Amino acid sequence: MSQLRSKAQRDPWWLKALALSVTFGFLGLVVVVPIVSVFTNAFAKGIGPYWAAISHPDTISALKMTLLAAGCAVPLNAICGFAAAWLVTKFRFWGRDFLVSLIDVPFSVSPVISGLVFVLLFGAQGWFGPALQAMGIRIIFTPIAIVLVTVFVTFPFVTRELIPVMEEQGVQAEEAATMLGASGWNTVWRVTLPSIKWALLYGLILSNARAMGEFGAVSVVSGHIRGETNTLPLHAEILYNEYDFTGAFAVASILTFVAGATVVLKLLLERKVRK
Amino acid sequence: MRRSARLPGFGLSLGVTLTWLSLIVLIPLAGLFLKSATIGVGQIYTTLSDPRVLSAFRVSFSAALVAAFINAIFGPIVAWSLVRYDFPGKRLVDGLVDIPFALPTAVAGITLTTLYADSGWLGQLLKPLGIEVAYTWKGIVAALVFIGLPFVVRTVQPVLEEIPSEVEEAAASMGANRWQTIRRVILPALYPAVLTGFTLAFARAVGEYGSVVFIAGNMPLKTEILPLVILTKLEQYQYGEATAVAAAMLVVSFAFLLLGNMMQSRLRRRKS
Repeated sequence: MSQLRSKAQRDPWWLKALALSVTFGFLGLVVVVPIVSVFTNAFAKGIGPYWAAISHPDTISALKMTLLAAGCAVPLNAICGFAAAWLVTKFRFWGRDFLVSLIDVPFSVSPVISGLVFVLLFGAQGWFGPALQAMGIRIIFTPIAIVLVTVFVTFPFVTRELIPVMEEQGVQAEEAATMLGASGWNTVWRVTLPSIKWALLYGLILSNARAMGEFGAVSVVSGHIRGETNTLPLHAEILYNEYDFTGAFAVASILTFVAGATVVLKLLLERKVRK
Repeated sequence: MRRSARLPGFGLSLGVTLTWLSLIVLIPLAGLFLKSATIGVGQIYTTLSDPRVLSAFRVSFSAALVAAFINAIFGPIVAWSLVRYDFPGKRLVDGLVDIPFALPTAVAGITLTTLYADSGWLGQLLKPLGIEVAYTWKGIVAALVFIGLPFVVRTVQPVLEEIPSEVEEAAASMGANRWQTIRRVILPALYPAVLTGFTLAFARAVGEYGSVVFIAGNMPLKTEILPLVILTKLEQYQYGEATAVAAAMLVVSFAFLLLGNMMQSRLRRRKS
């Protein structure tokens, strides 16, 4: 595209130089320096202490908790998110726009408030807390609460990515398939899914990144019990507050690596989705 | 009313969506509003008029405004470079913009704090100048600039890509120099997108917790942010007070969003 740029769009050299140096300077300061410093801090004392921090039982159990939360939240939201996207793109009904904006609500709520609403429901003084306690069920300060808030904060991701793609596709292909006698499931499986697979994957990757990295909401409901309800971000916080900087940044480096992989996959998928 | 009467699955997808939405989003949020309804007006007033809470409101909203403003200035320049110029490593730079979105906030928090602390890479440079960032209001802004960066760039970028080249050709052929074209033709076309990005970054920044809580220092009346006030009250089992602050925060954020939308539609009207 840029090769075809017309003469009127060509900027004088000084403007180009200025814009590019501001861009590099700003992104360098705001993004690159922090990323580099995660790794220099993690390896400040060499590879030995780094590895010790990574392979520590508390880190391993935090990793397991994080994978459990993401492993529950991402597929659940993918299935229900697909149902929601199917509903709002293939059918027109009263209250449709309102439903779409309700789905987006978790995006606009502060993470701490996301945690708070679950404490208000299931906490010791919450709406359902005493009744559940009488049955011997605890939710707050257990892995169940961590999974719940993770599902809440990642709720809109998949639906959001699917809606524009499915909206653009319309309904003709699916209608043709059903008229030719395909069952509902067959239509979804053979017609809809192949055409939205990249957008779906894109939504899965974004929601996974958020699920693994969520801090505020999880922090409210987890109780920070080491070996039990600690996720990787919470573990990094605990180590940091104990002045174990190598440990904290070693844990942070795992999460930074996940973030980097997310961004690379996102860029690759964006090419596919745009085609 | 249905877009497709022939496709199956209306009932099933409606059922799944409503159940899921109710269980995960609606019932929990309804719990919040029911809870705030059970607190008396008097208690809400005493909670919100507490100097510590008032100061947290000031800190959170002022830092979020300044950070969103900084992003509204630098974001369009970044978007401009990414859309209009070719340079080596362009895709890498494009990817960097998404890092704040993908990086867990706690990681951003501990990294930025270490960087801006007295012994950190940036803290060392700023200290001789008499600028302290870590554990001050400026530190909160620094963290929120990081968090808000993708919002402005990613809303301006597609709009910039869509501006037809004829517009600039017309301006040039009528004798405008490049700077005039940019200032009079391109920038006005970008304002609505910049405003959207500003609003998104601001909304995100007000509620931000993980990246801020480490660098803020959390001094009551000085650098304590609203989400931390809510968390502290929860830890002391003051559910009512926590809810009152949370509800007030949601209301004020909502008012700001509404204001943003109103300015948006005004800009659009002026354009047409």
